[in-house]
Amino acid sequence: MNSRAIVMAKKYGFVLLFAAFIALSYIGNFAAGKEIGKNFRVFFMEMILILPLMFILIGLFEVWVPRERIIRHLGAEAGHWGILWVILLAMLQVGPLYAAFPVAALLWRKGCSVRNIFIYLGAFTTLKIPMLTFEVGFLGWKFSLLRALFSFPVFIAIGFLLAADLKGRPFAVKEPE
Amino acid sequence: MIVLALATAILLLLSFFADRGKTLAGLKKGAKMFLNILPAMLGVLILVSVFLYIVPASALTRWLGQGSGWTGIASAALLGSISLIPGFIAFPLGAILVRSGVSYQVIAVFITTLMMVGILTLPLEAKYFGWRVSLLRNALSFAGALLVGLLMGIFL
Repeated sequence: MNSRAIVMAKKYGFVLLFAAFIALSYIGNFAAGKEIGKNFRVFFMEMILILPLMFILIGLFEVWVPRERIIRHLGAEAGHWGILWVILLAMLQVGPLYAAFPVAALLWRKGCSVRNIFIYLGAFTTLKIPMLTFEVGFLGWKFSLLRALFSFPVFIAIGFLLAADLKGRPFAVKEPE
Repeated sequence: MIVLALATAILLLLSFFADRGKTLAGLKKGAKMFLNILPAMLGVLILVSVFLYIVPASALTRWLGQGSGWTGIASAALLGSISLIPGFIAFPLGAILVRSGVSYQVIAVFITTLMMVGILTLPLEAKYFGWRVSLLRNALSFAGALLVGLLMGIFL
């Protein structure tokens, strides 16, 4: 139990320090600290609303989707259809980039190819539908359409380039401990 | 967001009726993954909060608004790569910049680098992919984002 407490303290030390800083800022009426605390609350709300849902979905995916199916459709031998599937998967998601990493790790464990993992990340950063609707609202459909159109070949090329680079090298998407 | 919550709830219910044990095992796995990555994610959020205090949206508008030509594009690319601003702040900011007469090229470069390159999230990305691959992915994305932004500028 004691060693466990030490591990927890190590893991969350940075966060505790930050919490103490914000608390002191409020007590001492330190404007900069209060402002940073306010920023943190906005980002934290975004994270805490989306991520638990994401991890529920990841957990369900983990137990229900057999590895063979992912290998067949998204694996190294899957061909061009695999690209389409990972792009569609990415488009349906929400959240900031760091929400995509756990999904990438999951896809990797299930046998998705290196190329498709990075195409998934590229599509996630540029083509998420919830983000696109927002973008169209503020910057217009022409802006979004052009951006999507030009991004498409770019992130596919990045997927192929990284896959080529990693061919023959030891590579794995790790799950942080 | 509501769609995601609804979809998750429906899938969870379906899964629960189909196989209780499997569902619980999946939830446990998901929770474990979430708890493992939580400290690193909180760390990123702290970095972003401090960053946005040092460089608030109003300062971003000012810097991007002044720049024109290649200096404008370079500063847009740099700011976009470092910043980690969620869409609900970035897109309205872009709209303000358009109205204040900033060239589309600068805005496009800022938005594309913002989306595709994440310098503040690098430590987190490296935990999954390793430093070499993460740096390489971000470097390629930077070049790609710059290309996309510049091309957009020609057509807008």
